[in-house]
Amino acid sequence: MRYPFPVGRSDFIQGDEAIARAAILAGCRFYAGYPITPASEIFEAMAIYMPLVDGVSIQMEDELASMAAIIGASWTGTKAMTATSGPGFSLMQENLGYAIMTETPVVVVDVQRGGPSTGQPTLAAQGDIMQAIWGTHGDHSLIVLSPSTVQEAFDFTIRAFNLAEKYRTPVVLLTDAEIAHMRERVYIPQPGEVEIIDRKLPASEEEAKFPFGDIHGDGVPPMPIFGKGYRTYVTGLTHDERGRPKTVDAEVHEKLIRRIIEKLEHNREDIISYDAFELDDAEVAIISTGIVSRSAVRAVKILRERGVKAGLLKLNTIWPFDFDMIEELAERVRKIYVPEMNLGQLYHLVKEGANGKAEVELIAKIGGEVHTPMEIVERVVG
Amino acid sequence: MYLKSAYEIRDKYLRKDMLPTIFCPGCGIGSALQYTLRAIDDLGLNPDEIVWVSGIGCSSRVPGFVNFDGLHTTHGRALAFATGIKLANPDLKIIAFMGDGDAAAIGGNHFIHAIRRNLDVTVILINNFTYGMTGGQVAPTALKGLRGTTAPYGQFENPFDIADLAVSAGANYVARWSVFNYLQGINSIKKALNKEGFTLVEFLSPCPISFGRRNRMKTAPELLRWYQKITVPLAKAKKMPPEELEGKIVIGEFADRDRPGLVREYEAYKRRAKKMMGWEE
Repeated sequence: MRYPFPVGRSDFIQGDEAIARAAILAGCRFYAGYPITPASEIFEAMAIYMPLVDGVSIQMEDELASMAAIIGASWTGTKAMTATSGPGFSLMQENLGYAIMTETPVVVVDVQRGGPSTGQPTLAAQGDIMQAIWGTHGDHSLIVLSPSTVQEAFDFTIRAFNLAEKYRTPVVLLTDAEIAHMRERVYIPQPGEVEIIDRKLPASEEEAKFPFGDIHGDGVPPMPIFGKGYRTYVTGLTHDERGRPKTVDAEVHEKLIRRIIEKLEHNREDIISYDAFELDDAEVAIISTGIVSRSAVRAVKILRERGVKAGLLKLNTIWPFDFDMIEELAERVRKIYVPEMNLGQLYHLVKEGANGKAEVELIAKIGGEVHTPMEIVERVVG
Repeated sequence: MYLKSAYEIRDKYLRKDMLPTIFCPGCGIGSALQYTLRAIDDLGLNPDEIVWVSGIGCSSRVPGFVNFDGLHTTHGRALAFATGIKLANPDLKIIAFMGDGDAAAIGGNHFIHAIRRNLDVTVILINNFTYGMTGGQVAPTALKGLRGTTAPYGQFENPFDIADLAVSAGANYVARWSVFNYLQGINSIKKALNKEGFTLVEFLSPCPISFGRRNRMKTAPELLRWYQKITVPLAKAKKMPPEELEGKIVIGEFADRDRPGLVREYEAYKRRAKKMMGWEE
């Protein structure tokens, strides 16, 4: 297979470009989108690459349609992605819920910008953390990944596709304007160098009869894709194991929703990823995600130079959230600081995790600039 | 035309375990569904290669009752989902079963853009002037003066003429009938299914329970007589002065053309891309 960009070597590219290339290497062959700053470069790269690799790139009439189209494409067995920013992500929430309910593997990139509403289109923010996790209605779960470098934007995109396929779920790649537009050296692997996971297909006619059941006991039913003669009916209504609507049956609803949530909960160890810096003997912990983590790494180094035993926990997966790990950490440290580019969204999760075992302090910053290391240091040393 | 018995069509194409349907007595959706299945049967199409897509509402429950691959989606979005299915697997034929509110109100934007792109899909549109499932609110197709629970004193807005809209937006095939025009209906669906690009067959369909009851037409026969009164065949309408056509609905075939469909356009686009990048095979 020929690729429309160099593989097996490094390239100096933007975060948005890295996401597009990673998607193609992960096997994405359907992209539907609607232009929005600061995510448009993902679309523009896809528009160039997709026809060359016999994939589809289409500009839909809005974000609702983009999200709908990738779900439709996924049911034909095609790996599909869309990308947007906060205001567009809000519009996608309706069909994001549909993707969760119908267990459709898709990847949604949200390049965050300042909000609410149209806010600050060209500036970075981390204000969509709660929207990514809880934006759609009803009881649900999905996977949210958060990169902090352009290389991570690349690597996490491939991981997003793999997790979506493995667990038949939408995965949100939550990045921001800073990473989207920053150029960094990125290693683009050869296709054989990275593990690519494809969804489980029904092994028999019998398996295909239960597209929403749990025939393998792992909570993830094989996906009978359209056009193979399985005659699968897919609905966003509460449905039984065969996909038949059962909208007033409490037992069916509870069984379905619990399985959708538990298939991710039971695989937390596989899904949750984090990096720890200097945490082993830390008395003060910083917990951050995304772009802010880079300032936090530097802040930890400065704090150590000044004799403060500080450490950093960088969350690569934001949801499912490892509340237990945060509590264990809170038992070991005196205080936890949460620097983030909003007025306290990750903070709420960390505080719940810490469960009163350590004091948790928010270091909020909004307006479009990333925290400087000294802003974090000064708050820690008081 | 030789018509097979309805039982034969039912046994061949419906999911027995999903019956009975949710449709009320006197509803026209079953008829439109039957015509669609007869058209598929007459053409000898392979059910494994057809996907039914729908949005929300009574008509959107149809994919659940037919034994085909089906996607019952969110309100108004059927054609957006269909765009993904069709472009990702052009071998699949897509039938979108939609309601008037579904297609022309919440889905209005998807509707006109799917037509503009000439998405390869056959839309069977149930127009009963009302939101039946949610209890009889007015639809954007409701003629002035018609009543609904959200226009208890009679609709004061102008209606959309869906067929007209589709013709203007560029659909390859557009026809409108009432569900009582069964032969024309079946023939139109057959034509639509055989065509590339966007094809639409709109059916004026009775909804005695949610719509008729509020408009002094409590039964299907009363609605039938009303449809006979308000519908005018296209040939006749052409000779009528505009003032006489006020409050009437024209039925017939409004467009029958062969512009290239979206799938063919995209294939050409891919070839152009490869050529421009020096990637010719």
